Amino acid sequence: MTDRYSFLSILKEAFSGQKGWEPVWREPAPKRDYEVVIVGGGGHGLATAHYLAKEHGITDVAVVEKGYLGSGNVGRNTTIVRSNYLLDGNIPFYELSMKLWEGLEQDLNYNAMVSQRGVLNLFHSDAQRDAYARRGNAMRLNGVDAELLDQAAVKKMLPFLDYDNARFPIQGGLIQRRGGTVRHDAVAWGYARAADRRGVDLIQNCEVTGITVEGGRAIGVETTRGFIGAKKVALAAAGNSSRVAAMAGLRLPIESHVLQAFVSEGIKPFIDGVVTFGAGHFYISQSDKGGLVFGGDIDGYNSYAQRGNLPTIEDVCEGGMALMPRIGRVRLLRHWGGLMDMSMDGSPIIDRTPVDGLYLNAGWCYGGFKATPASGFCFAHLIARDEPHPDAAALRLDRFARGTLIDEKGVGAQPNLH
Amino acid sequence: MAEQPFRLKQTGRLGTEKPLAFTFDGKRYEGMAGDTLASALLANGVQLVGRSFKYHRPRGIFSAGSEEPNALVELRSGARREPNTRATMIELYDGLDARSQNRWPSLSLDLLAVNSLAAPILSAGFYYKTFMWPSQFWEKVYEPLIRRAAGLGRAAQEADPDHYEKATAFCDVLVIGAGPAGLMAALAAGRAGARVILAEEDFRLGGRLLGDRRRLDGQPSPQWVAQIEAELDEMPNVRIMTRTTVFGAYDGGVYGALERVSDHLPEPLPFTPRQRLWHIIARRTVLAAGAIERPLLFGNNDRPGVMLAGAVRTYLNRHAVAPGGRAIVFATNDDAARTVADLTAAGIAVVALVDPRPRPPSSSIDLADRVGAAFVTGIISRAIGLRQVEAAVVETDRGRTIVYDCDLIAVSGGWNPSIHLSTHLGGKPVWNEDRAAFLPGTPPPGTTVIGAAAGDFALRDCLAEGARAGLDAAEGEGFDGDEPALPEVDPEGTGIGPLLTTTAARGKTFVDLQNDVTVKDVELANREGFHAVEHLKRYTTLGMATDQGKTANVLGLALMAELTGKPIAAIGTTTARPPFTPVAIGALAGHHRGRDFRPTRLTPSHDWAARQGAVFVEAGQWLRAQYFPRPGEADWLATVNREVNAVRTSVGVCDVSTLGKIDIQGADAATFLDRVYTNTFSTLPVGKARYGLMLREDGFVMDDGTTARLADDHFFMTTTTANAAKVMQHLEFCHQWLWPELDVALVSVTEAWSQYAVSGPKSRDVLRTVIDPEHDISDAAFPYMAAGAISVGGIPGRLFRLSFSGELAYEIALPASYGNALIQALMEAGAPFGIVPYGTEALGVMRVEKGHVAGNELNGTTTAHDLGLGRMVSAKKDFIGRTLANRAALIDTNRPRLAGFRPVDRTERLRAGAHFIQLDTEAVAANDQGYMTSVAFSPTLGHWIGLGLISGGEKRIGEIVRAYDPVRNGDIAVEIVAPVFVDPEGVKLRG
Amino acid sequence: MRIPCPSCGERGHEEFAYLGDASLVRPDPTAPDAEARFADYVYLRDNPAGALRELWYHAAGCHAWLVVTRDTRTHEISGVEPAKAAALRRQEAG
Repeated sequence: MTDRYSFLSILKEAFSGQKGWEPVWREPAPKRDYEVVIVGGGGHGLATAHYLAKEHGITDVAVVEKGYLGSGNVGRNTTIVRSNYLLDGNIPFYELSMKLWEGLEQDLNYNAMVSQRGVLNLFHSDAQRDAYARRGNAMRLNGVDAELLDQAAVKKMLPFLDYDNARFPIQGGLIQRRGGTVRHDAVAWGYARAADRRGVDLIQNCEVTGITVEGGRAIGVETTRGFIGAKKVALAAAGNSSRVAAMAGLRLPIESHVLQAFVSEGIKPFIDGVVTFGAGHFYISQSDKGGLVFGGDIDGYNSYAQRGNLPTIEDVCEGGMALMPRIGRVRLLRHWGGLMDMSMDGSPIIDRTPVDGLYLNAGWCYGGFKATPASGFCFAHLIARDEPHPDAAALRLDRFARGTLIDEKGVGAQPNLH
Repeated sequence: MAEQPFRLKQTGRLGTEKPLAFTFDGKRYEGMAGDTLASALLANGVQLVGRSFKYHRPRGIFSAGSEEPNALVELRSGARREPNTRATMIELYDGLDARSQNRWPSLSLDLLAVNSLAAPILSAGFYYKTFMWPSQFWEKVYEPLIRRAAGLGRAAQEADPDHYEKATAFCDVLVIGAGPAGLMAALAAGRAGARVILAEEDFRLGGRLLGDRRRLDGQPSPQWVAQIEAELDEMPNVRIMTRTTVFGAYDGGVYGALERVSDHLPEPLPFTPRQRLWHIIARRTVLAAGAIERPLLFGNNDRPGVMLAGAVRTYLNRHAVAPGGRAIVFATNDDAARTVADLTAAGIAVVALVDPRPRPPSSSIDLADRVGAAFVTGIISRAIGLRQVEAAVVETDRGRTIVYDCDLIAVSGGWNPSIHLSTHLGGKPVWNEDRAAFLPGTPPPGTTVIGAAAGDFALRDCLAEGARAGLDAAEGEGFDGDEPALPEVDPEGTGIGPLLTTTAARGKTFVDLQNDVTVKDVELANREGFHAVEHLKRYTTLGMATDQGKTANVLGLALMAELTGKPIAAIGTTTARPPFTPVAIGALAGHHRGRDFRPTRLTPSHDWAARQGAVFVEAGQWLRAQYFPRPGEADWLATVNREVNAVRTSVGVCDVSTLGKIDIQGADAATFLDRVYTNTFSTLPVGKARYGLMLREDGFVMDDGTTARLADDHFFMTTTTANAAKVMQHLEFCHQWLWPELDVALVSVTEAWSQYAVSGPKSRDVLRTVIDPEHDISDAAFPYMAAGAISVGGIPGRLFRLSFSGELAYEIALPASYGNALIQALMEAGAPFGIVPYGTEALGVMRVEKGHVAGNELNGTTTAHDLGLGRMVSAKKDFIGRTLANRAALIDTNRPRLAGFRPVDRTERLRAGAHFIQLDTEAVAANDQGYMTSVAFSPTLGHWIGLGLISGGEKRIGEIVRAYDPVRNGDIAVEIVAPVFVDPEGVKLRG
Repeated sequence: MRIPCPSCGERGHEEFAYLGDASLVRPDPTAPDAEARFADYVYLRDNPAGALRELWYHAAGCHAWLVVTRDTRTHEISGVEPAKAAALRRQEAG
C-alpha cells in the first residue's frame, strides 16, 4: 500500500489504477479513555491534535466530531490567510500562523495549496489611508510585511476596478504580499491525516452531549458513542462553543452569528490575489478552479442556522459591482453560511477555564481559518504545558472583565459589529 | 447560410415560422422563433458544442433545460459577454452570437485534450498529493499552470453596460413551476380569489406538456396549456411570470426570483433592465418544480449524441428538431416507450430499446416489435465514437455483446425530483426506494411540494395534486373555492426500475459530466476514506460545477452506497445551496453600483458650495466641502492655509449641517442627559450650551458634542457626523429599554436644520448684520457658550456661541430650506471683512491647533482619561459606562494618552499613523509606545503639528521620540508637547 | 426574515438594527460587586440554540425598540412587543 506522497508514489499509483492508496485516516472506535479529548474535528481541533502529537509527543488523543471531519467552518470559508492585524495582542499570533502556513506542505506531506498571491485592502479616504498606515506600521514593527500603495500602484495591479465612476473613489491600498489563500478542505484533511499517522484517534459521527466534571475537574465527555474519559478536555467547537461550554456550566463572552460565503461559476482567472473593498462589505479572490470566491459582513443577528438571508447577499454583490463592475454578468453559483463564534471584542480566546482540565479555544469570529495552524499550535502548547504560548499570551478569557480588550475595530462589546 | 437539415417538417409546434439568423463559433446558421440555441444548433446538425473542464473531452447537448452540464457557451461579446451560458436556456434571437469555450485553438481540435492521456495521474485529489517539491515552486511554477487551465468561459473585460432592477411582490400563493401540477395549482388558487404568482423559468408555460405528446380532455397537451394560460391571464389576481426562476427560499416566506426581462433580445430596450431581481413575499408556496432526468453510467457516456430521453422528446415534439438520425434508447423505466414512439413518429430509426429490468413491461416489448427495434434486456456498456456517437455496445443479460450503429443514445435512469427549494431552509431530503428518488423532508413553513417534485411522476397525479394543493393554499389564506375538474388524461405507464449503478462499463464513465468526475474517482475517494457525502463531493468535486450536479449527485451517492455496502438512505445527500440556477452578480446588486452604490447626502447649501468651486470629500454618506481653492493657489495646502488665516485674523464660515442633531424634550430630559453623559446637564442653565462626553457601557468613549438647554424641559444635542445614527439608537435604547419611566421624547432633527459655523474675530460683526436687530448678541448678552433663539429676516432660528476653532465663533441654525439663503446672506454680510468659506480641512487644522479630539481620537478604544477629558467624568452620579470605566486597566496612567507633537526639525512633515518609538531604541513591537492620530500644517505656527496617543501622555512633555512610519519611509524625531498649540488660555474665544 | 413591527406592520429585517439578548438587566451600580456584575452584563451571553428574546431597533421605521422572540435555529418569530412596554412590566415586577 502507498502512504507517503511523493513523485514516485504518484507515478506508481498512476500505473496501477490508483488502487494502492491507503485511507487518509483510520476510523477507530473510541477507547475508554485518553490523555486528551479534543471536542471538534474542524481545522482547529485537528491542528491541535497534530501539534500535540508532533510538538509535545502526546499521542493518546481523541478528536471527537459530531459530523464528518472538517464539516464546520474550515470547509465553509473564503480561504483567505493573512496576518495584517493592527493590535499587539493579535499580530504575533497571526504571524505565527502565517509562518506555519508557509511550511505546512512539508510538515504535513499534503498539498493544501498555500498560495501567497497577496492580500490588498483598499482605502478610499485620507482617514482610512492613515488608519492603514498605522496598521502597516504596526505590522512592520512586528516583522510582518506590509506596503502602502497609492492609487497608481493599485491601478497597475488591478486595472479593472472602478476608478472613474465610484461613489467612494479608490485612493490606494495596504498590501500584504505574503497573504493569500489556502485550499480550505485540504487543511482539514492534511492535519487529520498527519494526526492519524501519529496515532491520534479521529472519531467521526460522535456528538458530545455532556462534559463530566467531578470535584471541579473535567474527567471526560459523554457522547452519542458513550462516555470517553480524559485527563484533559479541550474545546474547539467554533460556532457551537457556547453550547458545549454550557455543558460544563460556563457562560462565554461569545455570540453565534452567521457569515455567508459566495462562489461564482468558474471563469478564466483575472483576479490574482485577494482584494478587500474599503467602502463596503466585500472581499474577493479567485480560486484555482476559476470560481470567484467572495464574502462580506455577517448577517447581524444570533443564529445557529447555517444559512444566510437575501439582504446580506445583495449588500455583498452591491459591493462587488461597485468595486469591479465587469463581474455583472458573472453568475453567483452558490452561497452558504457558517456559524461564527463572535467574541465580544472581535478577538479569539485560547485559555484555561475556571474548570480544571477544561481548555477553551473559541471566539474566532470570521478569522478562524487563517488562524488554524497557530490556533492548533498554541492550543496544543497550552494543553501540554498548562501555560499559554507566548504568541497567544493576550488571548485570555479574563481580559473582558479586566478591560484588556483586543478590539481591532473599536466597536465595543457588540459582536455583530466586529 | 446553412439549411436546417435536422428540422422536422411534419410536427412543427413552433410559434411562428420566422427564421432567425445566428452564429456559433463564427459560422452562420438559421433557426426559428421559439428555438433555444440548443435546439437551433441541433436543427443544423451541430452536435459538438463544448469541451469538458478537466480532460477537454468533446461534449454535446445533453438536456433541454437548466440542468445542462455540457452545452455551455459564451454568449454575446464585448462588455456583454456572458460566459458559461447554457445553450438549452438561451432563447434564440436574430443576430445571436455565441462561441464555444475552454478549447484551444478550436473546438474540433483542442490541444488540451492531451490531458486525457494524463488521466491515470489526474485522478481525484491528485493535487493534494503533489506539487510540494520544492516548496517555493507552488506560486511560481505549478499554480500559474493550473490557473491557466482553470475556469470555462471568460468574463467581460468592461463594466456591464446593462441595468438591473429590484422589485418586491406580495402574494397569498406562490406557485413555482408551470407544468401540469403548477398550472392546476395556480388555477385552483386563482379561481378561489387568492393573489397568485405563477413563476416559470421557461419562456413558455407547460413544462413536460410541451415536450411530450400527451392528450388532455382529448386535446393535444399544448392546446390544453394554452387554454389554462388564457384563463389565468384573465384573472386580475393572478400574475404569470415567465422567464422567472425562483432561485432561493429565505426565512419568513421570502423567495428570491430572477426575471430575465431582456435576455431573449439582442440587448435591452431603452429604459428596460436586462434582468429584475424579485423579492417575492408569499404567505404560502406550492413547489411544483418538476423533476430532472437521471443519466446512466456507461463508457463514454459523455459523447455528443448521448442525450437524456426526455430532452430527446422535447427537441422532437416542442422544437421540431431531430437530435439524431439513428437512435438507441437505454432506460430503466416505462418512459422509454414514449421515447421510442416519439422518435419513430418523427421518422427517426430506433435500432434498439435497452432496458435492464428483468421484467420489462410487455407494452415496451410490443412497441419495439412494432417499430422494428430490437428489445434487449441488458445494458449499454460503452459508446463508440469520438466527436459524435457512432455506435453503442450492448451487453445482454444472457452475456451477449451486440454493437448497434447509431448517432443518438437516449438515456433515462429515472428522475430526480427538483426539491432544491424545499431544502434551502434546512429540510433534509428523504430517500424513497419505490420512487428511487430523494423526496422532500420538511419543506419550509407554508410550503407544499407536489407533482414530479414530490416524486409523483404520473400526469394524472400531478394534475390532481395541483388542484388540491392550490385550493388548500387559498383556503388556508381564507379564500373559498372548488377544486377544478381534472381533465381526462391518456393512459401512461409509470413503472420505474431501481437506481442503476452497477455497470459493465468500459472506458471513461462519467458521473459528473461538467467536472469530469468518473466512476474511478468515486472509487478512489472511497478507497482513501472520503466516503461521507460531503467528503466525496469536496474530494472529487462531484456536483460542484455550474450545474451543481443536478444530473450527477444522486448517481454519485448511489455509487458510494454500493461501494460501502450501505443503503442510499444511510449515505444521505449533500446540502443543496441556493441559487437553484446561477444568478448574475449584477442582478443581485441592482442599481447600487458606480455613483449610486450608496445614497449621497447633500447639505442645503451644497449647490452654493459647488458654485464656489469647492472640492468635496465623503463624510460617511455626506459630501462636505473640503476646501475652496482659488485660482492661482499652488495646491490644497495653500488654500487651506489661506482659509485658516482668514478665520484667525478676520472671519470665515463653514457648513456644519451634517452634525447629528437630536431634539430632547420632557420633564425628565435633564435627568436623562445626566445618565447618558459623563458630565452633568441638570445644572445647565437655560440659554447655555455645554460640551458633553458619552461613554459606552463598557467604559470607552462613544461620542462627544454640545448640548444646549433651550428651556427647562427642552435640550438640543449635537453629535459627531459619523455617529449621528448610532447615538440616536443608543439614546432610544436608554429611554425605551433602560429607563422607560422617564418622561422624555427624542427626535432626530439632523436634516431639519442647516447650521453654519461663523468663526473669527469679526464673526459677531457679520452676524450682527444678518440676525434681526431685536436680538442682542453682544458679549454681555450672549457670552461664550450661550445658546438661544434668534431670527433672520423673520425666520426663527437658533444661535449658539460655540467654538471649535478657538476663535470668537458662533453656530447659527435656520430650518434646512433656508440654508442656501443663509450662507449667501452670511457671505454678503461678511464681504466687507473679507469673509471666506472654509471646508473640513481648515476646520481640522484649527481643531488640531486647539487640541480638540475628533474621530481619529474617538476611535472606540480610548477612555475619557486617555483623551485628557478625565475632568468631565462626574463622580457624583451614575451614567452609562461609569462602572466599567473605573476598571484598573482603563484608568492605568501608562495607557497611551493624548499629547501634542511637533517635529524637532520644524521643516519636516508629520503623518498620522506613524508609531512612536523611544529614541535610540530598535523599531520593534516591544518598543512601540503609541501612534500619531491627527496631523495638520499649522499656518499659525508655520510648521506641522500633531496629536497622538502615547504611553504616559502629557507626563512626558518635552521628551523627544521617533515618529516611525516605515510604510511611507518616514522616521523623524518629534517632541512631545501639550496638546493645545494655539491660545492655550482660551482668551480669543471669549472675546 | 420578516419582523412584524407593532407600529409599522411586517417589515424586512434589514430595516432593523440588532442588539441581542433581552434577558440581560443592567445591574445596580451601587452594588458592592457592581464591577463584576457589569462585566457579566456587558460581556457574557447565554447564546442559546433555540428560543431567544432579543432586542431589535426599527432604525428605518418608527425608531421603536422591540423585544422579538425568535428561534435561533429556525429564525421562526413567535412574539414581538414594544421594548418600552416590556421594560415597564419588568420594572413593575421589580
